[in-house]
Amino acid sequence: MTGVLSFYRTSIGKKVVMAVTGLIGVGFVIGHMLGNLQIYLGAEALNKYAAFLKSTGELLIVVRVVLLTAVILHIIAAVQLTIENRKSRPQRYVKKQHVESTFASRTMRYGGFILLLFIVYHILHFTIGKAPGGPQPFDVHNVYNNVVYGFQNLWVSLFYILAMLALGLHMAHGVWSLFQTLGLNNRRFNRLLRNAALGIGTLLFLGNISIPIAVLVGFLEPVAK
Amino acid sequence: MKLKLHIWRQDNAKTAGKMVSYDANHVSPDMSFLEMLDVLNQELITKGDDPVAFDHDCREGICGACSMVINGIPHGPQRATTTCQLHMRSFKDGDEVYIEPWRAEPFPVIKDLAVDRAALDRIIAAGGFISVGTGAPPDGNAIPIAKEISDLAMDAAACIGCGACVAACPNGSAMLFTAAKVSHLNLLPQGEPEKDQRVINMVAQMDAEGFGNCTNYAECQAACPKEISIQFIAKMNRDLIRAKLREGNNAGSGKTGGA
Repeated sequence: MTGVLSFYRTSIGKKVVMAVTGLIGVGFVIGHMLGNLQIYLGAEALNKYAAFLKSTGELLIVVRVVLLTAVILHIIAAVQLTIENRKSRPQRYVKKQHVESTFASRTMRYGGFILLLFIVYHILHFTIGKAPGGPQPFDVHNVYNNVVYGFQNLWVSLFYILAMLALGLHMAHGVWSLFQTLGLNNRRFNRLLRNAALGIGTLLFLGNISIPIAVLVGFLEPVAK
Repeated sequence: MKLKLHIWRQDNAKTAGKMVSYDANHVSPDMSFLEMLDVLNQELITKGDDPVAFDHDCREGICGACSMVINGIPHGPQRATTTCQLHMRSFKDGDEVYIEPWRAEPFPVIKDLAVDRAALDRIIAAGGFISVGTGAPPDGNAIPIAKEISDLAMDAAACIGCGACVAACPNGSAMLFTAAKVSHLNLLPQGEPEKDQRVINMVAQMDAEGFGNCTNYAECQAACPKEISIQFIAKMNRDLIRAKLREGNNAGSGKTGGA
Protein backbone atom coordinates (compact mmCIF):
# COMPACT_ATOMS: atom_id res chain seq x y z
CA MET A 1 0.00 0.00 0.00
CA THR A 2 2.82 2.45 0.78
CA GLY A 3 4.16 1.66 -2.68
CA VAL A 4 0.89 2.70 -4.24
CA LEU A 5 0.84 5.89 -2.17
CA SER A 6 4.44 6.75 -3.02
CA PHE A 7 3.53 6.36 -6.69
CA TYR A 8 0.48 8.57 -6.26
CA ARG A 9 2.61 11.25 -4.64
CA THR A 10 4.65 11.65 -7.82
CA SER A 11 3.30 13.98 -10.47
CA ILE A 12 3.18 11.11 -12.95
CA GLY A 13 1.32 8.88 -10.46
CA LYS A 14 -1.52 11.40 -10.22
CA LYS A 15 -1.51 11.64 -14.01
CA VAL A 16 -1.84 7.86 -14.25
CA VAL A 17 -4.88 8.04 -11.97
CA MET A 18 -6.32 10.69 -14.31
CA ALA A 19 -5.62 8.45 -17.30
CA VAL A 20 -7.00 5.18 -15.90
CA THR A 21 -10.15 6.77 -14.47
CA GLY A 22 -10.48 8.69 -17.73
CA LEU A 23 -10.28 5.45 -19.70
CA ILE A 24 -13.10 4.02 -17.58
CA GLY A 25 -15.07 7.16 -18.39
CA VAL A 26 -14.38 6.90 -22.13
CA GLY A 27 -15.57 3.29 -22.18
CA PHE A 28 -18.69 4.24 -20.27
CA VAL A 29 -19.70 7.22 -22.41
CA ILE A 30 -19.27 5.23 -25.63
CA GLY A 31 -21.38 2.33 -24.30
CA HIS A 32 -23.92 4.75 -22.84
CA MET A 33 -24.35 6.53 -26.17
CA LEU A 34 -24.70 3.28 -28.13
CA GLY A 35 -27.36 2.14 -25.66
CA ASN A 36 -29.22 5.45 -25.86
CA LEU A 37 -29.21 5.51 -29.65
CA GLN A 38 -31.64 2.58 -29.47
CA ILE A 39 -34.24 5.30 -29.00
CA TYR A 40 -34.37 5.41 -32.80
CA LEU A 41 -35.51 1.76 -32.82
CA GLY A 42 -38.68 2.79 -31.01
CA ALA A 43 -40.04 2.97 -27.49
CA GLU A 44 -40.23 -0.78 -27.00
CA ALA A 45 -36.56 -1.38 -27.85
CA LEU A 46 -35.30 1.37 -25.53
CA ASN A 47 -37.57 0.40 -22.65
CA LYS A 48 -36.60 -3.25 -23.03
CA TYR A 49 -32.91 -2.26 -22.92
CA ALA A 50 -33.54 -0.16 -19.79
CA ALA A 51 -35.38 -3.06 -18.14
CA PHE A 52 -32.46 -5.35 -19.03
CA LEU A 53 -29.95 -2.99 -17.35
CA LYS A 54 -32.16 -2.86 -14.24
CA SER A 55 -32.43 -6.66 -14.18
CA THR A 56 -28.65 -7.12 -13.80
CA GLY A 57 -28.99 -6.43 -10.06
CA GLU A 58 -25.66 -6.70 -8.25
CA LEU A 59 -23.71 -6.19 -11.46
CA LEU A 60 -25.41 -2.83 -11.93
CA ILE A 61 -24.41 -1.84 -8.40
CA VAL A 62 -20.79 -2.85 -9.05
CA VAL A 63 -20.71 -0.83 -12.28
CA ARG A 64 -22.19 2.19 -10.55
CA VAL A 65 -19.68 1.99 -7.68
CA VAL A 66 -16.77 1.69 -10.14
CA LEU A 67 -18.01 4.66 -12.17
CA LEU A 68 -18.64 6.81 -9.12
CA THR A 69 -15.20 5.96 -7.69
CA ALA A 70 -13.57 6.75 -11.03
CA VAL A 71 -15.31 10.15 -11.22
CA ILE A 72 -14.32 11.02 -7.64
CA LEU A 73 -10.68 9.99 -8.11
CA HIS A 74 -10.55 11.84 -11.45
CA ILE A 75 -11.75 15.02 -9.76
CA ILE A 76 -9.48 14.72 -6.71
CA ALA A 77 -6.38 14.16 -8.87
CA ALA A 78 -7.39 16.99 -11.23
CA VAL A 79 -7.80 19.44 -8.35
CA GLN A 80 -4.46 18.47 -6.79
CA LEU A 81 -2.64 18.72 -10.12
CA THR A 82 -4.24 22.07 -10.92
CA ILE A 83 -3.25 23.53 -7.55
CA GLU A 84 0.37 22.39 -8.10
CA ASN A 85 0.36 23.80 -11.63
CA ARG A 86 -0.89 27.19 -10.48
CA LYS A 87 1.84 27.29 -7.80
CA SER A 88 4.48 26.59 -10.39
CA ARG A 89 3.81 29.88 -12.20
CA PRO A 90 2.93 32.57 -9.65
CA GLN A 91 4.03 35.41 -11.97
CA ARG A 92 2.12 35.19 -15.23
CA TYR A 93 3.44 36.32 -18.59
CA VAL A 94 2.51 39.81 -19.77
CA LYS A 95 2.27 38.39 -23.27
CA LYS A 96 1.91 34.67 -23.99
CA GLN A 97 1.26 32.88 -27.26
CA HIS A 98 0.06 29.33 -27.73
CA VAL A 99 1.87 27.56 -30.54
CA GLU A 100 0.90 23.92 -30.56
CA SER A 101 -1.65 23.32 -27.80
CA THR A 102 -5.22 22.73 -28.96
CA PHE A 103 -8.32 24.58 -27.80
CA ALA A 104 -9.55 21.26 -26.37
CA SER A 105 -6.41 20.80 -24.26
CA ARG A 106 -6.62 24.32 -22.84
CA THR A 107 -10.27 23.96 -21.82
CA MET A 108 -10.05 20.58 -20.03
CA ARG A 109 -10.55 22.12 -16.57
CA TYR A 110 -13.53 24.26 -17.55
CA GLY A 111 -15.10 21.48 -19.63
CA GLY A 112 -14.56 19.07 -16.77
CA PHE A 113 -16.40 21.41 -14.41
CA ILE A 114 -19.34 21.70 -16.83
CA LEU A 115 -19.40 17.89 -17.06
CA LEU A 116 -19.51 17.58 -13.27
CA LEU A 117 -22.56 19.86 -13.11
CA PHE A 118 -24.05 17.92 -16.01
CA ILE A 119 -23.54 14.51 -14.38
CA VAL A 120 -25.32 15.66 -11.21
CA TYR A 121 -28.22 17.11 -13.20
CA HIS A 122 -28.38 14.16 -15.58
CA ILE A 123 -28.74 11.62 -12.75
CA LEU A 124 -31.44 13.74 -11.06
CA HIS A 125 -33.08 14.21 -14.45
CA PHE A 126 -33.35 10.72 -15.93
CA THR A 127 -32.28 8.26 -13.20
CA ILE A 128 -34.08 9.66 -10.16
CA GLY A 129 -36.62 11.89 -11.94
CA LYS A 130 -36.39 14.75 -9.46
CA ALA A 131 -34.58 17.43 -11.44
CA PRO A 132 -35.96 20.95 -11.84
CA GLY A 133 -37.36 21.19 -15.36
CA GLY A 134 -37.42 17.42 -15.57
CA PRO A 135 -39.90 15.19 -17.46
CA GLN A 136 -43.56 15.29 -16.33
CA PRO A 137 -44.86 12.69 -15.71
CA PHE A 138 -41.75 10.66 -14.79
CA ASP A 139 -42.23 6.89 -15.14
CA VAL A 140 -39.28 4.62 -14.24
CA HIS A 141 -40.63 1.95 -16.56
CA ASN A 142 -41.03 4.19 -19.58
CA VAL A 143 -37.56 5.58 -20.24
CA TYR A 144 -38.55 6.48 -23.80
CA ASN A 145 -41.27 8.89 -22.69
CA ASN A 146 -39.05 10.32 -19.94
CA VAL A 147 -36.46 11.21 -22.58
CA VAL A 148 -39.01 12.76 -24.93
CA TYR A 149 -40.82 14.76 -22.20
CA GLY A 150 -37.43 15.73 -20.73
CA PHE A 151 -36.05 17.14 -23.96
CA GLN A 152 -39.25 18.98 -24.87
CA ASN A 153 -37.98 21.57 -22.39
CA LEU A 154 -35.85 23.82 -24.65
CA TRP A 155 -33.56 25.10 -21.85
CA VAL A 156 -32.82 21.59 -20.62
CA SER A 157 -32.01 20.50 -24.17
CA LEU A 158 -29.72 23.48 -24.70
CA PHE A 159 -27.87 22.64 -21.47
CA TYR A 160 -27.48 19.05 -22.67
CA ILE A 161 -26.10 20.22 -26.01
CA LEU A 162 -23.63 22.55 -24.26
CA ALA A 163 -22.57 19.71 -21.95
CA MET A 164 -22.09 17.39 -24.94
CA LEU A 165 -19.89 20.04 -26.57
CA ALA A 166 -17.81 20.00 -23.38
CA LEU A 167 -17.77 16.18 -23.48
CA GLY A 168 -16.67 16.09 -27.12
CA LEU A 169 -13.84 18.56 -26.47
CA HIS A 170 -12.83 16.72 -23.28
CA MET A 171 -12.55 13.48 -25.28
CA ALA A 172 -10.84 15.11 -28.26
CA HIS A 173 -7.87 15.84 -25.99
CA GLY A 174 -8.39 13.26 -23.25
CA VAL A 175 -8.42 10.08 -25.30
CA TRP A 176 -5.04 10.88 -26.88
CA SER A 177 -3.71 12.36 -23.65
CA LEU A 178 -4.44 9.25 -21.58
CA PHE A 179 -2.39 7.04 -23.86
CA GLN A 180 0.45 9.58 -23.77
CA THR A 181 0.31 9.63 -19.97
CA LEU A 182 0.30 5.85 -19.68
CA GLY A 183 3.36 5.77 -21.94
CA LEU A 184 1.44 3.91 -24.65
CA ASN A 185 2.45 6.29 -27.42
CA ASN A 186 5.32 6.79 -29.80
CA ARG A 187 6.06 8.30 -33.19
CA ARG A 188 4.21 5.52 -35.03
CA PHE A 189 0.95 5.66 -33.05
CA ASN A 190 0.80 9.37 -32.31
CA ARG A 191 -1.13 10.44 -35.43
CA LEU A 192 -3.52 7.49 -35.11
CA LEU A 193 -4.23 8.26 -31.45
CA ARG A 194 -4.71 11.98 -32.15
CA ASN A 195 -7.21 11.17 -34.90
CA ALA A 196 -8.97 8.52 -32.82
CA ALA A 197 -9.44 11.05 -30.00
CA LEU A 198 -10.85 13.64 -32.39
CA GLY A 199 -13.10 11.02 -34.00
CA ILE A 200 -14.43 9.71 -30.68
CA GLY A 201 -15.04 13.26 -29.44
CA THR A 202 -16.89 14.21 -32.62
CA LEU A 203 -19.02 11.05 -32.69
CA LEU A 204 -19.97 11.39 -29.03
CA PHE A 205 -20.97 15.00 -29.58
CA LEU A 206 -23.03 14.33 -32.72
CA GLY A 207 -24.58 11.06 -31.54
CA ASN A 208 -25.67 12.43 -28.19
CA ILE A 209 -27.03 15.80 -29.36
CA SER A 210 -29.05 14.07 -32.06
CA ILE A 211 -31.52 12.89 -29.39
CA PRO A 212 -32.57 16.28 -27.91
CA ILE A 213 -32.60 17.75 -31.44
CA ALA A 214 -34.81 14.91 -32.70
CA VAL A 215 -37.21 15.57 -29.83
CA LEU A 216 -37.23 19.35 -30.35
CA VAL A 217 -37.98 19.08 -34.08
CA GLY A 218 -40.75 16.56 -33.34
CA PHE A 219 -39.09 13.53 -34.90
CA LEU A 220 -39.35 11.62 -31.62
CA GLU A 221 -42.76 11.85 -29.99
CA PRO A 222 -44.22 10.45 -26.77
CA VAL A 223 -45.95 7.08 -27.05
CA ALA A 224 -49.20 6.08 -25.38
CA LYS A 225 -48.58 3.25 -22.99
CA MET B 1 14.62 49.74 -38.63
CA LYS B 2 12.96 50.97 -35.45
CA LEU B 3 11.40 48.80 -32.75
CA LYS B 4 9.46 49.45 -29.58
CA LEU B 5 10.80 47.14 -26.87
CA HIS B 6 8.93 46.22 -23.70
CA ILE B 7 11.40 44.55 -21.35
CA TRP B 8 10.84 43.02 -17.91
CA ARG B 9 12.99 44.84 -15.35
CA GLN B 10 13.41 43.32 -11.90
CA ASP B 11 16.23 43.98 -9.43
CA ASN B 12 16.19 40.54 -7.80
CA ALA B 13 13.95 37.65 -6.75
CA LYS B 14 12.69 39.54 -3.69
CA THR B 15 11.47 42.69 -5.44
CA ALA B 16 8.55 43.01 -7.81
CA GLY B 17 9.34 43.58 -11.46
CA LYS B 18 7.61 45.53 -14.21
CA MET B 19 7.67 46.03 -17.95
CA VAL B 20 9.67 49.06 -19.11
CA SER B 21 9.47 50.42 -22.67
CA TYR B 22 12.52 51.35 -24.75
CA ASP B 23 12.94 52.66 -28.27
CA ALA B 24 15.48 50.78 -30.38
CA ASN B 25 16.10 53.14 -33.27
CA HIS B 26 19.22 51.69 -34.87
CA VAL B 27 18.36 48.05 -35.54
CA SER B 28 19.87 46.29 -38.55
CA PRO B 29 18.05 43.23 -39.93
CA ASP B 30 21.43 41.45 -39.92
CA MET B 31 21.82 41.75 -36.15
CA SER B 32 21.10 38.79 -33.94
CA PHE B 33 18.53 39.38 -31.23
CA LEU B 34 21.27 39.48 -28.60
CA GLU B 35 23.30 42.00 -30.62
CA MET B 36 20.21 44.19 -30.73
CA LEU B 37 20.11 44.01 -26.91
CA ASP B 38 23.88 44.72 -26.77
CA VAL B 39 23.30 47.93 -28.72
CA LEU B 40 20.41 48.87 -26.42
CA ASN B 41 22.59 48.19 -23.37
CA GLN B 42 25.43 50.33 -24.76
CA GLU B 43 22.96 53.19 -25.19
CA LEU B 44 21.71 52.68 -21.62
CA ILE B 45 25.27 52.62 -20.25
CA THR B 46 26.17 55.79 -22.19
CA LYS B 47 23.14 57.51 -20.69
CA GLY B 48 24.17 56.29 -17.23
CA ASP B 49 21.21 53.91 -16.95
CA ASP B 50 21.24 50.35 -15.69
CA PRO B 51 21.76 47.91 -18.60
CA VAL B 52 19.35 45.00 -19.09
CA ALA B 53 20.75 41.81 -17.52
CA PHE B 54 20.39 38.70 -19.66
CA ASP B 55 22.13 35.32 -19.88
CA HIS B 56 24.21 34.48 -22.94
CA ASP B 57 27.33 32.50 -23.61
CA CYS B 58 28.15 30.60 -26.81
CA ARG B 59 25.92 32.64 -29.13
CA GLU B 60 25.78 29.71 -31.53
CA GLY B 61 22.81 27.78 -30.20
CA ILE B 62 24.52 25.06 -28.18
CA CYS B 63 24.89 26.32 -24.62
CA GLY B 64 21.25 27.05 -23.79
CA ALA B 65 22.01 30.21 -21.80
CA CYS B 66 20.04 32.86 -23.73
CA SER B 67 16.74 32.49 -21.92
CA MET B 68 14.08 35.00 -22.87
CA VAL B 69 10.44 34.84 -23.84
CA ILE B 70 9.99 37.01 -26.93
CA ASN B 71 6.43 38.05 -27.77
CA GLY B 72 5.09 35.16 -25.68
CA ILE B 73 7.28 32.41 -27.17
CA PRO B 74 10.50 31.15 -25.55
CA HIS B 75 13.47 31.96 -27.83
CA GLY B 76 11.12 33.94 -30.10
CA PRO B 77 8.97 33.22 -33.12
CA GLN B 78 11.39 31.11 -35.18
CA ARG B 79 11.16 27.37 -34.56
CA ALA B 80 14.13 25.24 -33.60
CA THR B 81 16.38 28.19 -32.74
CA THR B 82 17.72 29.75 -29.60
CA THR B 83 17.48 33.50 -28.99
CA CYS B 84 21.08 33.99 -30.12
CA GLN B 85 20.26 32.36 -33.48
CA LEU B 86 17.23 34.59 -33.97
CA HIS B 87 17.92 37.51 -36.28
CA MET B 88 16.21 40.85 -36.49
CA ARG B 89 15.08 40.09 -40.05
CA SER B 90 12.35 38.05 -38.31
CA PHE B 91 10.83 41.40 -37.24
CA LYS B 92 9.35 44.32 -39.17
CA ASP B 93 10.03 48.03 -38.81
CA GLY B 94 7.76 49.46 -36.14
CA ASP B 95 7.12 46.12 -34.39
CA GLU B 96 6.48 46.03 -30.67
CA VAL B 97 8.57 43.35 -29.00
CA TYR B 98 7.81 42.00 -25.50
CA ILE B 99 10.81 40.44 -23.75
CA GLU B 100 10.27 38.53 -20.50
CA PRO B 101 12.25 36.06 -18.40
CA TRP B 102 11.40 32.35 -18.08
CA ARG B 103 8.55 32.39 -15.59
CA ALA B 104 8.38 29.51 -13.13
CA GLU B 105 8.51 29.23 -9.35
CA PRO B 106 11.64 27.00 -9.49
CA PHE B 107 13.39 29.62 -11.71
CA PRO B 108 13.82 32.66 -9.41
CA VAL B 109 14.77 35.86 -11.22
CA ILE B 110 18.38 36.86 -10.58
CA LYS B 111 17.98 40.18 -12.37
CA ASP B 112 15.79 41.32 -15.27
CA LEU B 113 15.86 38.48 -17.83
CA ALA B 114 18.41 36.29 -16.05
CA VAL B 115 16.91 33.46 -13.99
CA ASP B 116 18.48 30.80 -11.78
CA ARG B 117 18.10 27.43 -13.50
CA ALA B 118 20.03 25.39 -10.92
CA ALA B 119 16.85 23.34 -10.39
CA LEU B 120 17.55 21.65 -13.73
CA ASP B 121 21.10 20.83 -12.63
CA ARG B 122 19.74 19.24 -9.46
CA ILE B 123 17.41 17.05 -11.54
CA ILE B 124 20.41 15.85 -13.57
CA ALA B 125 22.41 15.25 -10.38
CA ALA B 126 19.55 13.17 -8.97
CA GLY B 127 19.97 10.83 -11.92
CA GLY B 128 23.26 9.66 -10.49
CA PHE B 129 26.08 7.86 -12.27
CA ILE B 130 26.20 5.06 -14.79
CA SER B 131 28.14 1.87 -14.14
CA VAL B 132 31.24 1.78 -16.30
CA GLY B 133 34.30 -0.40 -16.13
CA THR B 134 37.35 1.73 -15.33
CA GLY B 135 40.72 0.95 -16.81
CA ALA B 136 41.61 0.75 -20.46
CA PRO B 137 39.13 2.41 -22.82
CA PRO B 138 36.84 -0.13 -24.48
CA ASP B 139 37.08 -0.80 -28.20
CA GLY B 140 34.83 1.32 -30.35
CA ASN B 141 31.47 -0.33 -31.12
CA ALA B 142 32.20 -3.11 -28.63
CA ILE B 143 28.62 -2.83 -27.38
CA PRO B 144 26.17 -3.40 -30.22
CA ILE B 145 23.44 -0.74 -30.33
CA ALA B 146 20.76 -0.67 -33.01
CA LYS B 147 20.96 2.36 -35.32
CA GLU B 148 17.37 3.41 -34.52
CA ILE B 149 18.05 3.27 -30.78
CA SER B 150 21.28 5.25 -30.97
CA ASP B 151 19.55 7.84 -33.19
CA LEU B 152 16.71 8.13 -30.68
CA ALA B 153 19.14 8.46 -27.77
CA MET B 154 20.96 11.20 -29.69
CA ASP B 155 17.67 13.02 -30.29
CA ALA B 156 17.12 13.06 -26.51
CA ALA B 157 20.74 13.96 -25.81
CA ALA B 158 20.38 17.05 -28.04
CA CYS B 159 18.75 18.77 -25.02
CA ILE B 160 20.84 21.82 -24.08
CA GLY B 161 19.02 22.31 -20.79
CA CYS B 162 17.86 25.83 -21.66
CA GLY B 163 14.51 25.46 -19.87
CA ALA B 164 12.40 26.74 -22.78
CA CYS B 165 10.07 23.76 -22.21
CA VAL B 166 9.35 24.97 -18.68
CA ALA B 167 8.90 28.55 -19.88
CA ALA B 168 6.50 27.48 -22.64
CA CYS B 169 4.44 25.09 -20.52
CA PRO B 170 1.23 26.68 -19.20
CA ASN B 171 1.82 24.52 -16.09
CA GLY B 172 5.51 25.37 -15.69
CA SER B 173 6.34 21.69 -16.03
CA ALA B 174 9.85 20.36 -16.60
CA MET B 175 8.65 17.04 -18.02
CA LEU B 176 10.26 17.46 -21.45
CA PHE B 177 13.64 18.37 -19.95
CA THR B 178 13.53 15.51 -17.43
CA ALA B 179 12.24 13.08 -20.07
CA ALA B 180 15.13 13.95 -22.40
CA LYS B 181 17.69 13.52 -19.64
CA VAL B 182 16.16 10.22 -18.45
CA SER B 183 15.74 8.88 -21.97
CA HIS B 184 19.15 9.43 -23.48
CA LEU B 185 20.63 7.14 -20.83
CA ASN B 186 17.68 4.77 -20.36
CA LEU B 187 17.64 3.97 -24.08
CA LEU B 188 21.23 2.75 -24.13
CA PRO B 189 22.82 -0.40 -22.69
CA GLN B 190 25.29 1.76 -20.75
CA GLY B 191 22.37 3.27 -18.83
CA GLU B 192 20.52 -0.02 -18.35
CA PRO B 193 21.69 -1.10 -14.84
CA GLU B 194 20.43 2.08 -13.12
CA LYS B 195 17.42 2.57 -15.39
CA ASP B 196 14.70 2.23 -12.73
CA GLN B 197 16.43 4.19 -9.98
CA ARG B 198 17.34 6.95 -12.43
CA VAL B 199 13.77 7.64 -13.51
CA ILE B 200 12.39 7.36 -9.96
CA ASN B 201 14.99 9.75 -8.52
CA MET B 202 14.85 12.29 -11.34
CA VAL B 203 11.06 12.48 -11.28
CA ALA B 204 11.15 12.81 -7.47
CA GLN B 205 13.65 15.69 -7.75
CA MET B 206 11.58 17.32 -10.52
CA ASP B 207 8.53 17.23 -8.24
CA ALA B 208 10.51 18.43 -5.22
CA GLU B 209 11.75 21.49 -7.14
CA GLY B 210 8.13 22.60 -7.53
CA PHE B 211 7.71 22.25 -11.28
CA GLY B 212 4.14 21.79 -12.51
CA ASN B 213 2.63 18.67 -14.03
CA CYS B 214 2.27 17.65 -17.63
CA THR B 215 -1.20 18.04 -19.14
CA ASN B 216 0.01 17.13 -22.62
CA TYR B 217 -0.40 20.59 -24.15
CA ALA B 218 2.71 19.94 -26.31
CA GLU B 219 3.74 23.61 -26.06
CA CYS B 220 7.16 22.39 -24.87
CA GLN B 221 8.08 20.55 -28.05
CA ALA B 222 7.02 23.57 -30.11
CA ALA B 223 9.34 25.81 -28.07
CA CYS B 224 12.28 23.41 -27.83
CA PRO B 225 15.23 24.81 -29.83
CA LYS B 226 16.41 21.23 -30.34
CA GLU B 227 12.94 19.98 -31.40
CA ILE B 228 12.80 17.28 -28.74
CA SER B 229 9.54 15.36 -29.09
CA ILE B 230 7.00 14.71 -26.35
CA GLN B 231 7.32 11.05 -27.28
CA PHE B 232 10.14 11.09 -24.71
CA ILE B 233 7.60 12.15 -22.09
CA ALA B 234 5.54 9.07 -22.98
CA LYS B 235 8.71 7.03 -22.66
CA MET B 236 9.53 8.51 -19.25
CA ASN B 237 5.98 7.78 -18.05
CA ARG B 238 6.40 4.20 -19.28
CA ASP B 239 9.79 3.89 -17.55
CA LEU B 240 8.45 5.30 -14.27
CA ILE B 241 5.37 3.05 -14.21
CA ARG B 242 7.56 0.00 -14.92
CA ALA B 243 10.16 1.06 -12.34
CA LYS B 244 7.50 1.54 -9.67
CA LEU B 245 6.07 -1.91 -10.43
CA ARG B 246 9.51 -3.53 -10.25
CA GLU B 247 10.24 -1.63 -7.03
CA GLY B 248 7.21 -3.46 -5.63
CA ASN B 249 8.71 -6.79 -6.69
CA ASN B 250 11.77 -6.13 -4.57
CA ALA B 251 9.81 -4.85 -1.59
CA GLY B 252 10.23 -8.17 0.27
CA SER B 253 14.02 -8.15 0.14
CA GLY B 254 14.69 -5.18 2.39
CA LYS B 255 15.94 -1.94 0.91
CA THR B 256 15.19 -1.41 -2.74
CA GLY B 257 17.80 1.26 -3.50
CA GLY B 258 21.03 0.49 -5.29
CA ALA B 259 19.40 -1.09 -8.39
